[in-house]
Amino acid sequence: MRWVNRRIGRGNSILLGALPILLLALVYLVAAAGRHAANPSDKILPLPSGMAEAMAALLFQPDPLSGTLIFWADTFASLQRLGLGLGVSTLSALLVGLLLGVLPPVRATFGPLVTGIAVIPPIALLPILFIAFGLGETSKVMLIFIGIAPFMIRDVAAHITALPREQIAKAQTLGASSWQLMLRVALPQAMPRLIQAVRLSLGPAWVFLISAEAIASDIGLGYRIFLVRRYLSMDIILPYVAWIALLAIVIDLMLSWTSRRLFPWAHGANH
Amino acid sequence: MSALLSLNNIWVEYGDKVVLERVSLEIAAGSFVSIIGPSGAGKSSLLRIILGQETPTRGSILLDGIPLKPECGPDRGVVFQRYSVFPHLSVLGNTLFGLECAQAPFTARLFGARRRAAMQEAENMLAAVGLGDSLHLYPAQMSGGMQQRLAIAQALIKRPRILLLDEPFGALDPGIKADMHALITRLWTDYALTVVMVTHDIREAFTLGTRVLTLDKRRHDPHAPHRFGATAVYDLPLTKRISPPKEKDKSITLDDICNN
Ligand SMILES: Nc1ncnc2c1ncn2[C@@H]1O[C@H](COP(=O)(O)OP(=O)(O)O)[C@@H](O)[C@H]1O
Ligand SMILES: [Mg+2]
Repeated sequence: MRWVNRRIGRGNSILLGALPILLLALVYLVAAAGRHAANPSDKILPLPSGMAEAMAALLFQPDPLSGTLIFWADTFASLQRLGLGLGVSTLSALLVGLLLGVLPPVRATFGPLVTGIAVIPPIALLPILFIAFGLGETSKVMLIFIGIAPFMIRDVAAHITALPREQIAKAQTLGASSWQLMLRVALPQAMPRLIQAVRLSLGPAWVFLISAEAIASDIGLGYRIFLVRRYLSMDIILPYVAWIALLAIVIDLMLSWTSRRLFPWAHGANH
Repeated sequence: MSALLSLNNIWVEYGDKVVLERVSLEIAAGSFVSIIGPSGAGKSSLLRIILGQETPTRGSILLDGIPLKPECGPDRGVVFQRYSVFPHLSVLGNTLFGLECAQAPFTARLFGARRRAAMQEAENMLAAVGLGDSLHLYPAQMSGGMQQRLAIAQALIKRPRILLLDEPFGALDPGIKADMHALITRLWTDYALTVVMVTHDIREAFTLGTRVLTLDKRRHDPHAPHRFGATAVYDLPLTKRISPPKEKDKSITLDDICNN
């Protein structure tokens, strides 16, 4: 049978998907064990026991200075910034994308501006954000916003512009005004695409979050990683990176589930 | 018979390409006009002009003696070959949409008694096109023929003065096509419709139409094929089929005076 025709069942696909991950973990363990055999105080490849020990302190013991559980405080701070950045971006993508997509005069007026903003590397704007909004939360949220919103706006607008002309004409023959067309035809069809855009923006959003936290912050997952780097604390960095990955996957799955749940018509024939 | 729709010296040009030239037509109320012609002759362009989706470069169009606004409106219903229904709405939702737009300018949604009344009307309409049992399906779950039935129901619920069809059955299997022919003929008589249908199926044009128009180029410049546009080269009234007088169901009959 040709490889292009091989279908993998659900059970097998979980098995196959787990294989390289397990293999990688195994390679790491062997390498770590090897280094620890040579030098029991090695910091570069910590053993799981070392990671558990280091993380336990952050997870369960209040920090003597701030009195908080550092790991959870970091997680909360980062998720709050990420949530705000994603939320504001999503709302503006929906609003601006809808207007740009449906109304040609708005598209002609603001399309070039959005395109112009989209080509600026967001990190280059970070100093401006720090100057304008200070080193606090606002500039971090703004970095995420400037980093992902233009892409999301353009994606949603392009999707709406690409709705079949026939559909738009049909709606008008059914008596729809511009407003009704936006509300009942464009908006619902933009929603699954918007969720898709959020999912695609999740990676960049994390990049901007970690960057902002690394440069100016005193709390957050990115801040912690860059802080403990000075002490070569791989036993903290690795679990933090794994935690970030896990959070990203959970958020992505939640978005995907939401889209399937709320917009079944956009996901294949089986509702 | 008075002309419901009249086109006076219509020209359609895209850049320097002339697609239609000197098209003048009078379409009588109650007629079923089939438009045939070679691919690219401008049949769809003509239909889009009547629909208001595009404006002619020259000429004028009158509906009931009044110049048409250059945009689509509820006085002209349309069914395209594809993309005529909304993928995000169920069959019932698709049919309700036209009623909701008219009755709820701001929310475009109806509630309570008004919604129930609208749903009743939509269900009757859907029953008339044979979709009475599929109210809650989404377009993606339906066959091409069912989607076209839905598109027709959706258009007719607005009681349009004129129904425009652009190759509505072009993508359907022969068997389904025959069913659809029976359906559209029945609706045309029951609802006293005026229909303009573009088709590439000559048999379809002659079996359904009371009048067959052929669009083609009268003049041809072999060195610059875009210089001349198509026009109505044949205009055949089919006398063999005179719209039969019939008893009409009161609830679904078009009101001749103000049916919008
Ligand atoms: N928006 C447009 N811009 C430029 N040319 C167009 C446009 N729409 C249609 N045409 C051209 O007009 C001609 C007629 O198109 P159309 O009305 O779709 O023909 P038909 O429906 O008879 O096949 C074709 O040659 C097509 O390429
Ligand atoms: Mg065509």
